[in-house]
Amino acid sequence: MRIADLLEETYTALSTNKARSALTILGIVIGIASVIAMTAIGQGAQASIESSITSAGANLLYVSPGQQRGVGVSVSAGRGSAQTLTQDDATAIQSSISLVKAVEPEVSRRYQITVKGGNTNTNVIGTTDAYPDVRNTQVAEGVFISSADLQNYNRVAVLGPTTVTDLFGEGSDPLGQKIRINNMEFTVVGVTAAKGGSGFQNPDDAVYVPLTTAQRYLSGDKYVSSIAVEAVDSESMTTVQQQITDLLLQRHNISDPTLADFSVINQADIVATASSVTGTFTILLASIAGISLLVGGVGIMNMMLTNVTERTREIGLRKAIGAEESDISMQFLLESVMLTFFGGAFGIILGWILAWGVQHFGFASTKVTLETVLLAFGVSAAIGIVFGYYPARRASKMNPIVALRFE
Amino acid sequence: MIKLENITKDYSNAGETVKVLKGITFTIKDGEFVAIMGPSGSGKSTLMHVLGALDTPTGGRYFLDEHDVSSYSQKDLAHIRKDKIGFVFQAFNLLPRATVLRNVALPLIYARVPKEERDKRAREALLSTGLSEDRFEHLSNQLSGGQMQRVAIARALVTNPSLILADEPTGNLDTQTGELVLETFKKLNAKGHTIILITHERDVAEHAQRIIHIRDGLVVKEEVSKN
Ligand SMILES: Nc1ncnc2c1ncn2[C@@H]1O[C@H](COP(=O)(O)OP(=O)(O)OP(=O)(O)O)[C@@H](O)[C@H]1O
Ligand SMILES: [Mg+2]
Repeated sequence: MRIADLLEETYTALSTNKARSALTILGIVIGIASVIAMTAIGQGAQASIESSITSAGANLLYVSPGQQRGVGVSVSAGRGSAQTLTQDDATAIQSSISLVKAVEPEVSRRYQITVKGGNTNTNVIGTTDAYPDVRNTQVAEGVFISSADLQNYNRVAVLGPTTVTDLFGEGSDPLGQKIRINNMEFTVVGVTAAKGGSGFQNPDDAVYVPLTTAQRYLSGDKYVSSIAVEAVDSESMTTVQQQITDLLLQRHNISDPTLADFSVINQADIVATASSVTGTFTILLASIAGISLLVGGVGIMNMMLTNVTERTREIGLRKAIGAEESDISMQFLLESVMLTFFGGAFGIILGWILAWGVQHFGFASTKVTLETVLLAFGVSAAIGIVFGYYPARRASKMNPIVALRFE
Repeated sequence: MIKLENITKDYSNAGETVKVLKGITFTIKDGEFVAIMGPSGSGKSTLMHVLGALDTPTGGRYFLDEHDVSSYSQKDLAHIRKDKIGFVFQAFNLLPRATVLRNVALPLIYARVPKEERDKRAREALLSTGLSEDRFEHLSNQLSGGQMQRVAIARALVTNPSLILADEPTGNLDTQTGELVLETFKKLNAKGHTIILITHERDVAEHAQRIIHIRDGLVVKEEVSKN
């Protein structure tokens, strides 16, 4: 049979029972749409996590105290637990490794912050004047911590925009105001620009103070809780990582690298870990949606089997007048593929609308990729073939005489 | 040329074997118009299925134009049907929701004939059976029995087969319409088609040149028709 004739026969057959065809297509539409929407949610989460990691600055390495316990957990595991890193380590990294562009040591801990008529509990970060460059942060109002502040142990503070709102209310001007951290008075000298972060380390909800001031008045010791190191470019990241490790091992008098009392993590490793987590999440969501696709496929098979039985005489007749087995099986296979093709097309459109709606109404950020669409299309075509194969084969193998006698 | 040599056909159902054809031998020359006659249950339809390459015999040999069809596979049988044979079934077997033209053109689809030519040949076939042209675009389930049978005949001859097999083609028609259909077969025969007509009615069989009588799966008598 020629392709054009095959398509015409298929169209005629499917349009004969429009309601049944439409309901069968609906099963596939729902399946494909949910796969598209779920994958879009997963990939949206992945994209937003990756962007929040990279918005922390480019070409960054993080040095934290304590042993590395695997990428990911160690991001915050060392904080406050082991105290092995000092400001001197940071200075040494800056001065002896040439591929290092900037170093930003910090000590951070949560404190209760109070002002007249308000209070909040947030992250207080003792840091240096390198912070805005290294962490890719802009100052919206006032100034950031200066080297003079560091030298003079000045009690000045720069607030994140969220903290400003929490303490002083929406749209107020905090510059020059006094805030109390751990019952010590600090003067607000600046406000950082909003970065739109979220989660456990929101850069918009933080109080930045000079590192020296924090060590003297807040933590009371010389240790730092992490050192962010910016390499000159992305190619030198691994070299810098190794050089920092070597340098700190030597400075801490440790000969066995497995016993290191610090860890150096690459930003790329964090992105990779986060991606693998969100990737698993995406697969999980897509698999749940895939089950409904499977149900849709079973619906196709059910309809096609009914179809074959109902049209037994027709099959017998077609065979009697010259149809070969391949003609019959192609006809029925094309019917099921056509159903899943339309189901897939409508499903992609519906899934896209759903994904858009989820983002538009602020439930989650979503991302529909070309690969997802192509994959969904491929999967729906494959479902048509897989679930249409058995009914089509059954039709093609029918004995023409038995079929003609069928009532 | 059709040559049957001791054709047998058994059906086995639930361990029990029914012998339907018990050794049929006859020859039909090209261009003949032959009736196969016999009482109900004598095996006429079964014989037609074998003659029409719809089924393979259990035993014996069947030569169709020198091909030994009795040993053919399903695939080869399909080719034989497509190339050489046209069927007219007792129950018409038209596609109900397809137009008359489409029904008649259907065998040509499987013969990979292009659309324009299919339409042309389907029209010619329909006109030769005497169906009026204003019915061509009607759905086949909107026709009368006699009209349906003409469509079925047109479908059988559209591929210009050398052999046309008709199983009780007048069984569902009144005498007058039946006569018209039988006249159509005579005209086709005059054009050179070999025609095998299966019937249990003497009057119908008389339209053929030769009558082969079968009973209980055996040929009991062969006679030359009076006309
Ligand atoms: N698939 C089958 N399985 C078992 N027995 C069958 C089968 N097909 C036909 N028969 C038997 O074969 C015998 C002949 O059947 P057939 O249809 O050839 O008769 P017929 O001569 O065409 O009769 P009628 O004039 O009523 O159409 C019948 O007894 C029937 O029961
Ligand atoms: Mg019969």
